[in-house]
Amino acid sequence: MQRAKMDLWVGLFVIAGIGALLILALQVGNLGTYSEDKSYTLVGNFENIGGLKIRSPVKSAGVVVGRVMDIQFSAKTFDAVVTMNIDDRYQFPKDTFASILTSGLLGAQYVGLAAGGDEGMLKSGDKIMKTNSALVLEEMIGQFLFDKASEDDEGDSDKF
Amino acid sequence: MPRRIVIGIRGIGHRVIDSVWRLGYAARFFSLILLKSGTSMRRFGLIIRELYFTGVLTMVIILVSGLFVGMVLGLQGYETLQKFGAETAVGTLVALSLVRELGPVVAGLLFASRAGSAITAEIGLMKATEQLEAMGMMAVDPIARVVAPRFWAGVISMPLLAAMFSAMGVFGGYLVAVVLIGVDEGSFWSQMQSVVDFRFDIVNGIIKTCVFGVAITAIAVFEGYNAPPTAEGVSGATTRTVVTSALVILGLDFVLTSFMFRGVG
Repeated sequence: MQRAKMDLWVGLFVIAGIGALLILALQVGNLGTYSEDKSYTLVGNFENIGGLKIRSPVKSAGVVVGRVMDIQFSAKTFDAVVTMNIDDRYQFPKDTFASILTSGLLGAQYVGLAAGGDEGMLKSGDKIMKTNSALVLEEMIGQFLFDKASEDDEGDSDKF
Repeated sequence: MPRRIVIGIRGIGHRVIDSVWRLGYAARFFSLILLKSGTSMRRFGLIIRELYFTGVLTMVIILVSGLFVGMVLGLQGYETLQKFGAETAVGTLVALSLVRELGPVVAGLLFASRAGSAITAEIGLMKATEQLEAMGMMAVDPIARVVAPRFWAGVISMPLLAAMFSAMGVFGGYLVAVVLIGVDEGSFWSQMQSVVDFRFDIVNGIIKTCVFGVAITAIAVFEGYNAPPTAEGVSGATTRTVVTSALVILGLDFVLTSFMFRGVG
């Protein structure tokens, strides 16, 4: 085979390979909406994070505004310290309420931010003061059974 | 009876020493390739010639098998997911399994059997016909002239081939799920894009393919260079290249996966 023709084919091969990588990055992956460097961090202490994981989304009004970057257990306060990266475009008031919610019945868990009415905005590294833990199924069922049992007790005492 | 036991133990010992010797020789050979690749980098035309044989000629089989693997994934994924009413997640299933695992592994297996075996047979035959010795006589280093260009061509073409495999597979999944079956196109792509992460999924997949590329071509050139200079020896070396590469790919894939995807997602 001629030299020039071989070079042409190799050139086409490399272009096709890099093109495939670009397709993977832009069409299949999320590089098109990738903006990690322009973000700030917020910290929240939760009593129970349930099934929250690193890289879980942080949503406000259903829109993804950031991601969970780190989850640690604090040995001082005995609760979970969740560090979140929030997109710079979105600023939240100081009295923002953070709660751990579930998408769908069996879906993944995420952090929901509900904006408050304060004038001042949260800055990078600030702590969210108002938090709400995840709902744990066992605790809910336990609570339900306990309520049911006490109701029955009241019912019994009415009879006598 | 005791004599037979002694012979048996000797046989085991011989095999162990032999395989350790081979491993050490392979490591020395590998570092020799790296040391002498500067010369072949300066003559990049040699690498381009090998890129044609390892890369361009492997492209067809990679593209066709990628398409079919993606189509089968789309079909099977749809069959199971529609039972839960989650058929739009078929895009996520196809893309994640291709980018993380199937793309690097299947492309690596195909690359080993298509290009790796050819490299081994070529170098082994060069050795059997004493071309390598002749080069040495003319003060041309056979490792710099013959082995290193083939090694680098394999290392360069493997990630590109795996990327083509994955892209073609996603296209095949799209073809079956959206065009043939009629899953909603918008949610097919948007669910895929919301789950597949550039850093954690795609970059990790590329790292895997680079590791596989180095492993496959190192095995191929070593087996070829180390082949007994007979027709039987070359055929045995070619078989060993394919078998060893396949085992190494699957083993390395487990090791890399357990490092990369632990505790995320």
